[in-house]
Amino acid sequence: MKLSEHWLRELVDPGLPTAKLADLLTFGGIEVEAVEPAAPAFDHVVVAEILSVEKHPQADRLNVCQVNAGAEPLTIVCGAPNARAGMRVPAALPGARLPGMEIKLTKVRGIESQGMLCSAVELGLSEDAAGLLELAADAPVGKTVRELLDLDDQVLTTKPTPNRGDCLSVLGLAREVAALSGVALQWSEPVPVQPAVKDMVEISVDAPDDCPRYCARMISGVNAAASTPDWMTRRLLRSGIRAISAIVDVTNYVLLEMGQPLHAFDAAKVSGGICVRRAVSGESLALLNGTLLKLSPDYLVIADQKQPLALAGIMGGEHSGVTSATRNVILESAFFVPEVVAGKTRVLGFGSDSAYRFERGVDFAGARAAMERATQLIVQVCGGQAGPVAEAKSTLPVRNKVTLRLERAQRVLGFAMDEKVAVSILDRLGCRPRAANGVVEAVPPSYRFDIAIEEDLIEELARVYGYANIPALLPPAAAALLPVPESIRSPAAIRRLLAGLDYQEAVTYSFVDRTWESDFCANDDPVALANPIASQMGVMRSSLIGGLINAVTFNVSRKQGRVRLFEIGRCFLNEADYPQPVRVGAVAHGDADPVQWGQKSRTVDFHDIKADLEILLAPRAASFRPAAHPALHPGKSAEISVGGETVGWIGELHPRWQRKYDLPSAPVLFELDLSALMQRELPVFQQVARFPAVRRDLAAEFDENVRYEDICSELKRQGPAILRDVVAFDLYRGEGVQKGKKSLAFSVLLQDTHKTLTDAEAEKAVVELRRILQEQFKAKLR
Amino acid sequence: MQELDKLVADAMTLFSSIDDADALEQAKARYLGKTGALTELLKGLGKLSAAERPAAGARINTAKQTLDEALNAQRERIATRTLEARLAEEAIDVTLPGRGRGMGGLHPVSRTMERIEQLFRSIGFDVADGPEIETDFYNFTALNQPENHPARSMHDTFYLADGQRLLRTHTSPIQIRYMEQHQPPIRVIAPGRVYRVDSDATHSPMFHQVEGLWIDEHISFAHLKGVVIDFFRRFFEDDDLQIRFRPSFFPFTEPSAEIDMSFGDGWLEVGGCGMVHPNVLRNVNIDPERFQGFAFGLGPDRLTMLRYGVNDLRLFYENDLRFLKQFV
Repeated sequence: MKLSEHWLRELVDPGLPTAKLADLLTFGGIEVEAVEPAAPAFDHVVVAEILSVEKHPQADRLNVCQVNAGAEPLTIVCGAPNARAGMRVPAALPGARLPGMEIKLTKVRGIESQGMLCSAVELGLSEDAAGLLELAADAPVGKTVRELLDLDDQVLTTKPTPNRGDCLSVLGLAREVAALSGVALQWSEPVPVQPAVKDMVEISVDAPDDCPRYCARMISGVNAAASTPDWMTRRLLRSGIRAISAIVDVTNYVLLEMGQPLHAFDAAKVSGGICVRRAVSGESLALLNGTLLKLSPDYLVIADQKQPLALAGIMGGEHSGVTSATRNVILESAFFVPEVVAGKTRVLGFGSDSAYRFERGVDFAGARAAMERATQLIVQVCGGQAGPVAEAKSTLPVRNKVTLRLERAQRVLGFAMDEKVAVSILDRLGCRPRAANGVVEAVPPSYRFDIAIEEDLIEELARVYGYANIPALLPPAAAALLPVPESIRSPAAIRRLLAGLDYQEAVTYSFVDRTWESDFCANDDPVALANPIASQMGVMRSSLIGGLINAVTFNVSRKQGRVRLFEIGRCFLNEADYPQPVRVGAVAHGDADPVQWGQKSRTVDFHDIKADLEILLAPRAASFRPAAHPALHPGKSAEISVGGETVGWIGELHPRWQRKYDLPSAPVLFELDLSALMQRELPVFQQVARFPAVRRDLAAEFDENVRYEDICSELKRQGPAILRDVVAFDLYRGEGVQKGKKSLAFSVLLQDTHKTLTDAEAEKAVVELRRILQEQFKAKLR
Repeated sequence: MQELDKLVADAMTLFSSIDDADALEQAKARYLGKTGALTELLKGLGKLSAAERPAAGARINTAKQTLDEALNAQRERIATRTLEARLAEEAIDVTLPGRGRGMGGLHPVSRTMERIEQLFRSIGFDVADGPEIETDFYNFTALNQPENHPARSMHDTFYLADGQRLLRTHTSPIQIRYMEQHQPPIRVIAPGRVYRVDSDATHSPMFHQVEGLWIDEHISFAHLKGVVIDFFRRFFEDDDLQIRFRPSFFPFTEPSAEIDMSFGDGWLEVGGCGMVHPNVLRNVNIDPERFQGFAFGLGPDRLTMLRYGVNDLRLFYENDLRFLKQFV
């Protein structure tokens, strides 16, 4: 909340400069976010009375004023339309420095002006003004305007944590300053206003659990059109609250001062007595902010005999509010339990100063005092006669005794706090401590909703004692080594490996555009957010592809043609319990290698990226099965499996998406489960063969649809036992090879574990392999 | 025998003038070949008397030796020169760049997260992970934030359209899940992505967090201060770095503190921490009378900005290679 520093110091003044006062609060747990001057700097501006106003002989729009500013009468030329004799206004005297200007003796169209009469704009007090700033008719002539308007004040912005509803008032902050500094609070409870009339408001509370205390009082014969005193307006403004009308201003003032939300009804609009009850379905209420709210039994309302008048603790109704014509006021001061208001502003979509306080806890013992304070002020400002206070009271919260073991405090805080120190702190906080045998018993005051258990007291001790005064120690711990499973590779190691393979890590948003999900995943039912930050971030990704393609497009449009990115992150599936697998995705677009001398540039292709994937998976071997995927080119995509389990996809982006996402060439990408990359079998030693291996080459023509992997596995399955390995070393199509066919050349490695192979044995094996190619694949041998 | 001396002198002059290996061998033949001058002289020995023969033979042999040596020396010189010429010819421009694939790199925030993990692993912390779509229970209730608790408004939460689940607003739910699975002593950090409805130059709707937890019988607030200070000094590699603790409020810790780090002339908020609230321990069946400890939360995005001088949070999520490549 924002508040005037002078107001706070009126209640407690620890004699510290502003910055130290702010630190006192901040390091006591009430953060002071900002300290700003109440008005910009200016000087030599005093209260002046305009004695006479005459037209300037040389200028239609200017007046020549005779002004009394405390000494000799001054002549001041002034252009303001509202200048009139008898008015008191700020006069900037020669030498004055105002925001953005300096005042000197100057001739204005031949007449010397001995200063300047000022508007609120010229003093930096307002953004706009119609004319001169009119000061109170009794403002002492010659007094500085800074003093008159209390402009040397500072505005403090505090940010109390949600547990400290008691600090949402000047009084609450003053109590806090008093406890932290040890300086006494200057506050006395308001003296009850003696009833001048007998009119008592009839009240009934049907929901005593929600509203354990409800006070109402009639104030009759008020002048609701009276103007709010300047000092009150000023304090309200410094707290960011605009003045509205005297009665509303008083309720707001007491809210700021004491933290008790109040409400004023126009008695003429209330039929019969007031009832506090749960709303009934079907009822509705037009609120002060213009909302027409359909009510339900979730809401507590203040109602008369006919209809709801106000949403309890949150906002008054349009119909029953006070206006300038109001003669009789019903003033309400109540305690609504936090649970009644909590969460409501989220549902409603708006809050109020009242709701903000009630949901954090308003002092249940303070309702009467605030009622008296507000009555005093209303009678003082608007006149009228107060009736007696009607009060309905049931079971108020109880502040139980809390026990603090000093030994426990020492264990939690890590140092021994002296019993006397602890008792003194709790005493200053109003907790009435009693200590015996290392145990302190304390009863928190009614305004503290956050002290109920031992830890709460320990926290109080720690913050008032000062966190800075608590030692910083390194804890002793058992020196046990952590397990380091060798068969699990860490995500960090996988990141490094990918970086080593020339992929740059990206981090894309987990929420994506719905069309990415349908384009790249054919997913028309992704996990959707109820409250996305933007419609194109409305659903959770089920794949990393959309984000990666988007990042490629982003870079390509910035003249980065070669883009290689990877991401490790969760994907979200719209299935029972929302499975959230962590995936690794990578994409490569543009040249296979960076621009360089000594080799021709070529666009990256499927097998370039497949090689990366094989390195990533090593020592595990993956198999690749041609399969269609919505994001990928159907002829250039494969499902990846390891150990018989599908772990992901690899392929070239479908030409349709390449066009739609504005990419000059087709990127190649893969996506697989992180867990597949993390698992890694431990190496198992095998005897190194002692006899030399023999290499032989085979070449043959196959139909286009014959797959390399099938050839290899068939050769290994049927071939001679001495076959160690088969590797393709050439793939050729074109001249010399029939259309629809391809020529593949293999290198085969033959080796016997027991003896050196003879040429004849090797030759025999080759013949056998050639036979398999012919018989199984109708290969034409070359 | 003047003839012999002249012959040797002529041959030596000839050999040393030749810089081609083949020409040298031809020159050799002129003196030492089958019909070479020196060979002829040797053949002439037979005509001498038996008394003259040994002395003349010895002189010729000496001359032959001299020529052999000169020949070898010249061969060596020619070979050296040839090699030098070849090497000079083969010289390359070593300033041309290397060829092949380039080098990728980690995202700057990953660098920071890895660093945080390394530092905490060095004092025995485990690293845990958990779901990002969370239940209300793990994100709030188990962390001592019952429904409608005003503290919930501290986090603007993304909810799923099903009205049930939400995107975790912090990585603290991982601590709950970890404590459900493990008994004290517990030392764990939980890094990951978190989500809040907030977007401007200093807030991203998705960002990162690393939460840490240490639960044992005597882990105190003083220890929390010690570990946090130690962490920041090691992370920024600055033994003089100033860290201060400001009282604050988190529903799941008590006492709680904001962590400020000195930066330039002022202070920057770099994390939150506190002693784990007894209700949180009870929620995971850990006896708060016996065990206690601290939790802390760090913002790796913020730490990355401070460490590398990045001035706009949004750069982390644009994936502009010109930015990312700076962290290779």
